Amino acid sequence: MSAITRDEVAHLARLSRLALADDELDHFAAQLDQIVGAVARVAEVAADDIPPSSHALPLTNVFRPDDVRPGLTPEGALSGAPAVEDDRFRVPRILGEEE
Amino acid sequence: MSLIRKTAAELGALVASREVTAVEVAQAHLDRIAEVDGRVNAFLHVDAESALAQARAVDERIAAGETLGPLAGVPIAHKDVFTTTGMPTTAGSKILEGWQPPYDATVTRRLREAGLVILGKTNLDEFAMGSSTENSAYGPTHNPWDLSRIPGGSSGGSSAAVSAYEAPLSTGTDTGGSIRQPAAVTGIVGMKPTYGGSSRYGLIAFASSLDTPGPFARNVLDAALLHEAFSGHDPLDSTSIDAPVPQVVEAALHADVAGMRVGVVKEFGGEGYQPGVLARFNEAVELLESLGAKVVEVSCPTFTYALPAYYLIAPSECSSNLARFDAMRYGLRVGDDGTRSAEEVMALTRAAGFGPEVKRRIMLGTYALSSGYYDAYYGQAQKVRTLIMRDFEAAFQQVDVLVSPTTPTTAFPIGERADDPMAMYLADLCTIPTNLAGNAAISVPCGLADEDGLPVGLQVMAPVLADDRCYRVGAAVEKAFESRWGGPLLSRAPAL
Repeated sequence: MSAITRDEVAHLARLSRLALADDELDHFAAQLDQIVGAVARVAEVAADDIPPSSHALPLTNVFRPDDVRPGLTPEGALSGAPAVEDDRFRVPRILGEEE
Repeated sequence: MSLIRKTAAELGALVASREVTAVEVAQAHLDRIAEVDGRVNAFLHVDAESALAQARAVDERIAAGETLGPLAGVPIAHKDVFTTTGMPTTAGSKILEGWQPPYDATVTRRLREAGLVILGKTNLDEFAMGSSTENSAYGPTHNPWDLSRIPGGSSGGSSAAVSAYEAPLSTGTDTGGSIRQPAAVTGIVGMKPTYGGSSRYGLIAFASSLDTPGPFARNVLDAALLHEAFSGHDPLDSTSIDAPVPQVVEAALHADVAGMRVGVVKEFGGEGYQPGVLARFNEAVELLESLGAKVVEVSCPTFTYALPAYYLIAPSECSSNLARFDAMRYGLRVGDDGTRSAEEVMALTRAAGFGPEVKRRIMLGTYALSSGYYDAYYGQAQKVRTLIMRDFEAAFQQVDVLVSPTTPTTAFPIGERADDPMAMYLADLCTIPTNLAGNAAISVPCGLADEDGLPVGLQVMAPVLADDRCYRVGAAVEKAFESRWGGPLLSRAPAL
C-alpha cells in the first residue's frame, strides 16, 4: 500500500509553501513514499515508557542582561532585501482582495 | 618542499619566525587554486585580493613584534554555510545567490581574530543536505583522488580543498556525518566536536539540535589546532556549552593508547559494507591492539534505528528552519508582478530557489510533524534518540572510545546515487548515532580499499566533552600508520 499519494504531496507542498509543477508531484510522491516506508521502521522499537529527547544535552533557558548594545544598522538589515521602500522591506500584498 | 604541502602547524611556525611571509603562503595557495580548481570545483568563491590583504595585515602585526596564535598567517577555506562579511554566503542554494551577510559567524570571527587568512568559500550540498556535494546548485565538487567520484558531503568542497592542497585547513559542519564522511572518502582528518562545543551563531541552520561546526585538516594535530582556535563558550548561541574546551592539542601531541579500552561496535559491519573497507578497518583495530589498547566488542542495538530516526528528526527541524526563506527580507524573490499575494510569491520563490533534496526534506519534515502523524513519526524518533543516547552511555561504561568504519563504502561515482535518496542516505549509516547523542567523533585515514584504491576512514567516537580522546587515538593511529606507509596516506593520491 502506498502511504504517500500524489494528492498528499500536493497538500504537503501547499503547507510547505512550495509551488510544485505537476511532474514534480509524481516524482516526489514515489520518492517520499519510499523514504517514509523506510523511516517507519522506528515503530519497531518498543519505546512506550521511554521519554523523548529533543536535544542530546540538557537544556535550560539562557538569559542575558537586558543591556542596550549595538545591532544591525537599517542599511545592514536591508542590504539583502529583494525590495526596499523608505527604509522598510517592501513586500507583496499580504491581505486578500476582500479583506 | 613547496608551501602547499606543508602542514598548518609548520606554516604557522614559518610565518611567526618570519622565514616565510603570510603573503607568500597565501599566494602559493591561490596559485594552486588557480591551477586545479577548474577541475575540482571545491570553491564557490575565491577572493585573492582580500586574502592577500589579510595576509599582509598578519605580516605587519608580526613585524611590529606582536605575538599571535599558532595558526596566524595560515590560509583557511570556509564551508559556504558560515556567514562572512565582505564575501557572499550561499549555502549552495540559488535562493541565496549573491547574498552578502551583514555579520560574521562566531567561527568566522574567532578565526579572523586568530589571524587565519580566508581564501574563500567552499561548495556543499544545498543547505548541507546530502552526502556527495551533488546537491549544490553550483555543480558538483570532484574527489581529488578520482575526479569522476564524489568528495563526500555535505562539506565536500572543504574536504576536496584540503585533500587537493588548495588549503591546509577548512571548516565544515556535521549534522549526520557531513564532516567525517567527506574526510574519510578523501583521505584526510575530519572532526565532529561535542554538540555545543563549537558555536552555531552565524551558521545557516539545517537541523539545530544536530548541526555542529568542526575542522578538516591533513593531519590530526592541525585539526586539533583549528578545533581549539574556534571553540569555547559563545553567549550568542543558547546551546553553547559553558565549560572549558577539551585539551585537544595536548591530546594530539600525546599519541599513546596504551591501556585505553577500545570498543568495536558490533552493529556496524556485514551486509552493505564494502569488503575493502572492512579489511582496512580490521587492520586498524589490530593496530590499536598492537599499540597496547584493550579491544572488546560492544553491542549498541538501537544504532540500527539511528538512520530512520535521523531522517525524521533532521527533516522536521529543517522544515521549520527553512521557513525563514520567505522571499521577503533577503534572498531570491520570484513572481512579484504586483498581482500576486505574498503567499503566492513565497511559494513560487521557494519552488524556484530550492533544489530537489531540500524540497524532499521540507515535505518529509512537514509530514512527520503533521497532526495525526506526529506521535508515530517525530515523537517515536525522539524516543529512539533517547535509546541511542542510553546505548552510548552503557558502552562508555565499558570502554573509553568506540570505533567503526566511518563510511560503509569508499567514494562512489558522481551520478550513481543522485536520484536514489535512500541509497544516498546510507552513506551516513555509521556517523549518525553520534549526532543524535551529541558526543564527539573523528575520522582518520586508515588505508586504501583493495577493490578501488580509494581512501577508507576509521571513526573514533568518544563521550560528550571527551573530544580529546578522539585526538589521542587518532594521533596514535596516524603515527603508526604513517611509519608503516612511509608518509601520509594523501601522498599516495595521484597528481592532479
